[in-house]
Amino acid sequence: MKPAPFAYTAPTELEGALALLREHGDEAAVLAGGQSLMPLLALRMTAPKVLVDINRIEPLRAVGHGGDGLRFGALVRHAEALRAVRDQVGPAHLLAQALPHVAHQAIRHRGTVCGSLALADPAAELPACAVCLEAEIELQGASGRRFVPADAFFEGVYATARSVDELVVGVRFPATAPGTRFGFVEVARRHGDYAILGLASWARVVDGEVADCRLVYFGADERPSVATRTARTLRGGRLDDPATRARAKECALDELTIAPDATYGEGYKRRLAGALLERVVAQWGVAG
Amino acid sequence: MPARSTELPLQEIGRSRPRGRTRALLAGHGRYLDDLDLPRQVHGAFLRSPVPAARIDRLDVTAARTAPGVVAVFTWDDLRAVCRPWRTVSAAFPGLQSPEQTPLAAGRVTAVGEPIALVVAASRALAEDAIELIDFAWTEQPAVGVASEALAPGAPLVHPELGSNLAWQFDAAAGDVDAAFAAAALVVEERFVFGRHTGVPLETRGILAAFDRSEARLTVWASHQMPHQLQLHLADLLDLPMSRVEVTAMDVGGGFGIKMHVYPDEIAICAAARLLARPVKFVADRLESLTSDVHAREHVIDAKLAVDGDGRLLAIDAKGLQGIGSHSVFPRSSTVETLMAMRTLGAPYALAAARAHADVVFQNKAMTGQYRSVGHPIACAVTEALVERAAALRGEDSLALRRRNYLEPGDDGCRTALGLELFDFSHAACLERLEAMLDVAGLRAQIAAARQRGEIQGLGFAAFVEMTASGSEIYGKAGVPVSAADTVQVAIEPDGSIKASASLSEIGQGITEGLIQVLADAVGVAPERIALEMGRTASGPHGGGAWASRGAAIGGEAAWQAGRALRGQVLEAAGALLQMPADTLDLVAGWVVDASGERRIEVAELARMVHFRGHEFPAGTAPQFQVAHHHRRAGDPTIPTNGIQAAWVSICRDTGLVRCLKHWVVHDCGRMLNPLLVTEQVRGGVVQGLGAALFEHCRYDAQANFLDGSLADYLVPMATEMPDIEVGHVETAYRGSVLGAKGAGEAGTCAASAAVLNAVNDALRAAGGTSIATLPLTPPLVLAALEGGSSG
Ligand SMILES: Cc1cc2nc3c(=O)[nH]c(=O)nc-3n(C[C@H](O)[C@H](O)[C@H](O)COP(=O)(O)OP(=O)(O)OC[C@H]3O[C@@H](n4cnc5c(N)ncnc54)[C@H](O)[C@@H]3O)c2cc1C
Repeated sequence: MKPAPFAYTAPTELEGALALLREHGDEAAVLAGGQSLMPLLALRMTAPKVLVDINRIEPLRAVGHGGDGLRFGALVRHAEALRAVRDQVGPAHLLAQALPHVAHQAIRHRGTVCGSLALADPAAELPACAVCLEAEIELQGASGRRFVPADAFFEGVYATARSVDELVVGVRFPATAPGTRFGFVEVARRHGDYAILGLASWARVVDGEVADCRLVYFGADERPSVATRTARTLRGGRLDDPATRARAKECALDELTIAPDATYGEGYKRRLAGALLERVVAQWGVAG
Repeated sequence: MPARSTELPLQEIGRSRPRGRTRALLAGHGRYLDDLDLPRQVHGAFLRSPVPAARIDRLDVTAARTAPGVVAVFTWDDLRAVCRPWRTVSAAFPGLQSPEQTPLAAGRVTAVGEPIALVVAASRALAEDAIELIDFAWTEQPAVGVASEALAPGAPLVHPELGSNLAWQFDAAAGDVDAAFAAAALVVEERFVFGRHTGVPLETRGILAAFDRSEARLTVWASHQMPHQLQLHLADLLDLPMSRVEVTAMDVGGGFGIKMHVYPDEIAICAAARLLARPVKFVADRLESLTSDVHAREHVIDAKLAVDGDGRLLAIDAKGLQGIGSHSVFPRSSTVETLMAMRTLGAPYALAAARAHADVVFQNKAMTGQYRSVGHPIACAVTEALVERAAALRGEDSLALRRRNYLEPGDDGCRTALGLELFDFSHAACLERLEAMLDVAGLRAQIAAARQRGEIQGLGFAAFVEMTASGSEIYGKAGVPVSAADTVQVAIEPDGSIKASASLSEIGQGITEGLIQVLADAVGVAPERIALEMGRTASGPHGGGAWASRGAAIGGEAAWQAGRALRGQVLEAAGALLQMPADTLDLVAGWVVDASGERRIEVAELARMVHFRGHEFPAGTAPQFQVAHHHRRAGDPTIPTNGIQAAWVSICRDTGLVRCLKHWVVHDCGRMLNPLLVTEQVRGGVVQGLGAALFEHCRYDAQANFLDGSLADYLVPMATEMPDIEVGHVETAYRGSVLGAKGAGEAGTCAASAAVLNAVNDALRAAGGTSIATLPLTPPLVLAALEGGSSG
């Protein structure tokens, strides 16, 4: 379990990193927190020629917070992001609920939010949160900077819209409307494991009625699954109305695409999908 | 008859003391195998089989030999010059079919992960680079994965030369089983399915071997439970006298039965070291550990239990099947698992009749082998699940049913229906203690209230019998060279401190501390004055090591006898000097005292005299101040222990996740040398049992491809998921020894999974679900049972 040989580079300027990516293309790999990349290297499941360690590029450490939302630079660790969200937005925010489920404390001190997005594991929490909150991924390459909506960024299992010469330099989570309620649940055998199935959501509730909402499952398909029809079913319904909830559950079971999974059958996952929906709707009821 | 243990002058024995090395280990000052590096050392890495069954068509290592940093590349053709193959043979298993095994594949492979070639290079990374250059071509062959298909007509043969996949069959019967079932008022039956799991020691297997050509001496460091056994087999397989083979185990980060076998890769490393005359190191990585450490369990058992109208258990009848993987592990044989799983069926109860049959089959999977509580958890789960089901169908408290049916050997001992010798037992006392610990009525009321609130909760019990501290009757009698005896050597240094060495092994279980406590009381000195070394064949006496929960029961007795003899020497010497009969003197806290308790001479002073001023002793007195005592228990082939566990669980209604709310154990291991360490052994054992119940699973697909090569897939129980584990003790001394200690290391594992299974089924029963008889209890399985159907 030792990596195949690679060249190691650790540029201190963003431009240096970008030049290396342009030069080496798909033979380069970006090293952020290393919490996913190092095991992949050790198992020789990936064997890049050049490792571009971005940890010395100081500007990438920035955490931004303002009226337009939150921005995490590429080197913001899960733990720092969690602290920032809790302190600056509040513990009810979706990210504050989701981040404690990402791995374990030690890993959260190294792994980065952007690394998790760049990796695009279908069972990971943060890609689903990014899609749910309609975050924008900031990509920078030789040809400049572009902003890709999260929903368009995730393309499949470990596949994203990032081209090989681009770096994820940050992610922007837009501010949510005041009064927005969040619901987040996941099912895992052990705390800190990747989810068997999870659900990230927000809702705006007016007088007990769902004015608007968004639901994104993870661990179901090959990328985060936006349950559009299910959300529509809930809209206009009352939170305490069992019939609305039952209709929505029904719809979720029908709407969700479940990719084959060696361990958990499709029937089980569909069953979970309904249960998770119940739980997030219940969370909307208590929140705010 | 040895002196009754209650009469012993005990100061240290029975006291809770933390392990002496705990602080060092926690501070990172441990010395594990991989902490040791030798000059000129090189590293080994293996090309391992990617497929379950194949014929090797081409194995060309030419390119690898010239890769950067590579010192040598070996195949079986290279190693056979210095190493012979082996075959597991044991008279304990008449008819055992067992193929030859080689350190590297000889023309074909029979399991994923089997070592094929060994690359030795300047670093492990360079060795792994070179592996990619080996030109290896193979023809995949049909594989046997599912044990129940191994004996089907036309099934592929794992070892064609054996003509069948049947390795061994177990058969035992007593009493009129058919009549008992015909007469029964109630028969409960079930098919039980137990998955494979493995030990997952924190420190993986590892070995560092050096060969000195000037002396033809092989020196080996290994992370191993029994360096003496390894020494013997290395000498045999590499054709060296044992006196030229030296094995040392340093700190060992967990064994659990995984590190007590002869592994092909470890032998290959020693053979390579011999050929190269350079130190070669190999430490298994986690992938290698999960694919090539022995796995455990994998049984399918159809069992039924007959009960009469008064709730008396009449008979048990079981048909078992165990899949042992590609080979029967050397030297002890994988079949011990089935032997114990069958023999301990129904063991807590008085049964008039019993019958057990089991087939043990080869598969194209990793070898299985002895793992903590060998076979017992299987028998326990089968027996106890049937007992709880019978109680539920009779509408009575399962504890009442147990109490009515317990087999209490009394003063004379007795045998179980399947032939286990039982004595010095305490089922009733353990049950009473358990009831006091968990307030059964109160807990049941709490569970009923939770159920009222819509929660799904259950309480389950499991009584158990665990056979410990095997004697020479088990392996020795079967012709397997495994030591069941232990020797402890003690000597007094010139400053009066005690230098001891023992044939036992410290693998994290804390036996070092227990033995020091025994020596302290036996000699009459403070524990701080004693240094005990274990795990070194060069300086320590040959003996058993760590297996079968034997340390306290066998090693403790050897230490006691050695210590008493040393104390006798001291008192003799003091008597000669003081002109007093030795039997009027005593040794207390490092001083010789007279009958009035007055201090007469310090041990240190006597030691200085022995070593430096021997002429001062009266003529004819030549004190030795050193003793070696070899202890082999006479009489009982094993020492049985007993106890009971309870599990309280809740099930999540819409996910099927099981949460352990609390777990209780009452255990009788005879005299406890150190209650703190016994309790922690039990707790650790319970955690492994809960792992078996809920998480741990070595999964293969139907074609025998391994699916769980990392700890992301193989789920070990983690602290967050573990309940509070309360441990109570009953101490019924073993009467065949002075100390009265029995085994304690495996009891936790023995019944934990059974208790959880019963608790889950109790919860399912109350919630109107179907019952489960498959471990591990995965969420889909539990959810399906809750909904009364099959898993989706
Ligand atoms: C035991 C364990 C449990 C875990 N459990 C979870 C879990 O429950 N949920 C979860 O979501 N994650 C989990 N993880 C993964 C963890 O969250 C990782 O930190 C995260 O997935 C990747 O972040 P990283 O900074 O470590 O990225 P790295 O490992 O450094 O990189 C991951 C991948 O992303 C690429 N990459 C990284 N940063 C950039 C960038 N800025 N631009 C372009 N490409 C980039 C790398 O090239 C690589 O391909 C777990 C990890 C471990 C070891």
